[in-house]
Amino acid sequence: MNQAYTVAAVTAVVLATVLVGALGLRVSRTTSDFYVASRTVGPRLNAAAIGGEYLSAASYLGIAGLVLLQGPELLWYPVGYTAGYLVLLVLVAAPLRRSGAYTLPDFAEARLESVRARRLAGLLVAGVGWLYLLPQLQGAGLTLGILTSAPEWLGGLVVAVVVTGAVAAGGMRSITFVQAFQYWLKLTALLVPALFLLAAWAGDGAPRARFDAPAVLRAAAEVTVRDTVRAEVAAPDAPLTLTVTGTVDGIAYPGVPVTLDRGVHLIEAGTTLRLPAGAPVPERVPDGTAPPARHGLPGGPGDAGRLYAVYGLILATFLGTMGLPHVTVRFYTSPDGRAARRTTLAVLGLVGAFYLLPPVYGALGRIYAPELALTGTADAAVLVLPGRMLGGTAGELLGALLAGGAFAAFLSTASGLTMSVAGVLSRDVLPGRGVRHFRRATLPAMAVPLGLAAVAGRVPVADAVGLAFAVSASSFCPLLVLGIWWRRLTPPGAMAGLVTGGGAALAAVLVTRVGLAPDGWPHTLLAWPAVWSVPLGFLTMVAVSLATPARIPPGTPATLARLHLPEELLTRAYGSAAPPGAGR
Amino acid sequence: MSGTAAAALAAAGVVLLSAGFALGRRTARRGGDDGRDLGTPVERATFQTLHTASLAAPPLRAGLTGETARRAVRRLRPLLGTEALCLTDRTAVLAWDGPGAGHHGDGVMERVAGLLETGRGQSLRTGCADPDCPLRWAVLAPLTGEDGVVGALVAYGSRESAVLARAATELARWVSVQLELAELDRSRTRAVEAEIRALRAQISPHFIFNSLAAIASFVRTDPERARELLLEFADFTRYSFRRHGDFTRLADELRSVEQYLALAGARFGDRLRVTLRIAPEVLPVTLPFLCLQPLVENAVKHGLEDSRTACRITIAARDAGAEAVVTVEDDGVGMDPAALRAILAGERPPSAGIGLTNVDERLRRAYGDACGLVAETAVGAGMKVTLRIPKYHPGVHPGGAGQD
Repeated sequence: MNQAYTVAAVTAVVLATVLVGALGLRVSRTTSDFYVASRTVGPRLNAAAIGGEYLSAASYLGIAGLVLLQGPELLWYPVGYTAGYLVLLVLVAAPLRRSGAYTLPDFAEARLESVRARRLAGLLVAGVGWLYLLPQLQGAGLTLGILTSAPEWLGGLVVAVVVTGAVAAGGMRSITFVQAFQYWLKLTALLVPALFLLAAWAGDGAPRARFDAPAVLRAAAEVTVRDTVRAEVAAPDAPLTLTVTGTVDGIAYPGVPVTLDRGVHLIEAGTTLRLPAGAPVPERVPDGTAPPARHGLPGGPGDAGRLYAVYGLILATFLGTMGLPHVTVRFYTSPDGRAARRTTLAVLGLVGAFYLLPPVYGALGRIYAPELALTGTADAAVLVLPGRMLGGTAGELLGALLAGGAFAAFLSTASGLTMSVAGVLSRDVLPGRGVRHFRRATLPAMAVPLGLAAVAGRVPVADAVGLAFAVSASSFCPLLVLGIWWRRLTPPGAMAGLVTGGGAALAAVLVTRVGLAPDGWPHTLLAWPAVWSVPLGFLTMVAVSLATPARIPPGTPATLARLHLPEELLTRAYGSAAPPGAGR
Repeated sequence: MSGTAAAALAAAGVVLLSAGFALGRRTARRGGDDGRDLGTPVERATFQTLHTASLAAPPLRAGLTGETARRAVRRLRPLLGTEALCLTDRTAVLAWDGPGAGHHGDGVMERVAGLLETGRGQSLRTGCADPDCPLRWAVLAPLTGEDGVVGALVAYGSRESAVLARAATELARWVSVQLELAELDRSRTRAVEAEIRALRAQISPHFIFNSLAAIASFVRTDPERARELLLEFADFTRYSFRRHGDFTRLADELRSVEQYLALAGARFGDRLRVTLRIAPEVLPVTLPFLCLQPLVENAVKHGLEDSRTACRITIAARDAGAEAVVTVEDDGVGMDPAALRAILAGERPPSAGIGLTNVDERLRRAYGDACGLVAETAVGAGMKVTLRIPKYHPGVHPGGAGQD
């Protein structure tokens, strides 16, 4: 792979992001037109901005990687990531906007009239934000590593430095225009190569991807295993013959042909395997010590575990979207509740269109690059496919385009999250207020996930993002849904629910991430906490609220009326919004 | 890195963090009374009493309601060291701390009826039928406000005690002082509200005469323009005279400013140049009603009426995370910073600065002192006024009647 193109593309994206952020303000704002005040951000522009910030590395790289590894069952990921907006549209969007809240802690304070509830929500926002930032940084490291063979930590560091610098300098503030641009950049970067790849696939005789049997190599391939893995040779008929340079099953081979029998083999780190064309690819299997790469769907014990995991995934993604800090702040830009609802509808369309693409890459990756499953870098499927299928300059250019898009994904999501986390830290956690405090808060906002990325084991990015969704679904979903639709919610109830639901999910997630969870059912339960932690959060919130009826905030009826009544009813009679010439 | 090492690292981090947190809380709360010299026992008791009283004061400063009484009484009972303590207003028991709320709570209002009439405290036997009940004696003390007795404080003890009677009376007096302060706060709030109402009606009469004169000058030469200007005038006055709500959206406020500038432009013609740089993201921000127009009026006055040349006014609103920053800038004559400071501090009769002072006052009242006006100026160097408006602040919403 030609590094020059890739480095140029990544640099261009980084520069473009910073420059558009810094200059876009001037370009898009200087105007002497009167009636500028009526030019609010339209639903479509705002929706593109939400999409731009929302579509992260998990969407861009992770889904294709998981589909490659585990097949069409994983299509629940894109479905869930999209359907979360449906729940948001129906239950939350308009009332959240009408509450006047900018962040989730703001909503907690507005609805519950309690500063403590606000602080707690702030802590959870930071937790969710950090969990979400973690895979972005890891994904960036992986991407840069694959493309330029740079060390793994470098890409994460690049993203961290660029984002921290830009956010602290005020360059990438929540400029709608910039984030909308990022959406279209990501869509283009994924769509154009996909068309070329599909053409190449059709020209190749349109082979079918097989997910029920081990993937078969179409051409000879050389695979270097980065960390020690246990791989299962599941050839249906004959044993697998391949050339090994390194150590397999404790025996060192200096580059000689070896025949591996059916069964599980231990491949040491740094071993290079040369697989002949037509060979079935050994599949990675989890073991007790290393963080299991496949802690995802089939990790559970049997079919029941798989089914449970699917439900966990569905609950987390459907209900978690509404609690993502960088998504909710965007609704503030909508002028009123109606516009917020329209925006959400447009987001559904834009995000839905985007998610048609990653599964295509996943399926093509299963056909053309199945050995990625062995090295544990399936997330890179999107990036290596053009070089693999097209080759030549065209392949390199398209690969560079994909890499640029991937970096756009890291940068936009990471900047949005850093903004949100830093905002919460500077307002609710660190003492003092003002711009300088906000700048200071960007450092811990980024340093914590960067440190975690160094410590935590590698998990497929889409899975890691799923964990952030699970925490959000177990804490903020009950808070928002009950806060908007239930009169009897009390501050103690809400706080108990946030702590129990969110805390349980967070604990389960952390245990999984550091690899402490025992195998089998406990692991499945901890890796997919949403199934039990979401009901736990709701039940705690309801039970404690019912037990403390004296603490219902005194302003509840007024607040709920404001959340649910259209704004016109409150202001119509007073003419300020009436068109010129319209009488009272 | 193995999973165990990572887990150990994470666990160590958590332990360290929580230990540090606990230590910080301890030192913050106790003021470090473990081992360090903090005076004699008497002095320490005084500190303790003052500290408890300072904790009970904030709820009471919000007035006498069920919620504030409940929060205050928890702090007050340890101060008195009684079995139970009860606060009432003129009609009902507001809060009860300690045992016996069940069988004593009902009779309280009958007992204090006399006190509410006369305002005289008394000490009496409860005559409780339950032999295990520790509440044998009750001390009643009146809570007074501006309008006489507003409620009662009832302290229960296990025996008759002159000390308790004295302490309860003093405590009731202290609570009364807090309640009077609360009333003072309320009347101050009412005064500010009256001032806001006064400002609202106070669109400068000169502006109205001048606008009408400017419009009149177009009636013959350019009737179409005159008609447009009249419509602008109608919209502007309708917005400015509206009676509803203390807060509005930045978009509405800017529209009113645009109308104002259109009318001013009719009068000054090419001499007035305006640049608007508004980030669309901040248009939905809520801010106090009519807090931009006085600043713009000020800028026009400084820029044009005092000097003969042309003037440029720049109004910019940008997004700054959880805040919106609005600036109004002119390149007119400017003013002496010391004079402006004196006007903003209310030390000097405001000649031109009534708008500035009032806007400053209202912003501080709505958002706290961190969000006052910032003005940068010097003689001959124009003036730039900056407002920082939080995107969300409790109690601030369009059409809302302010935070009371």
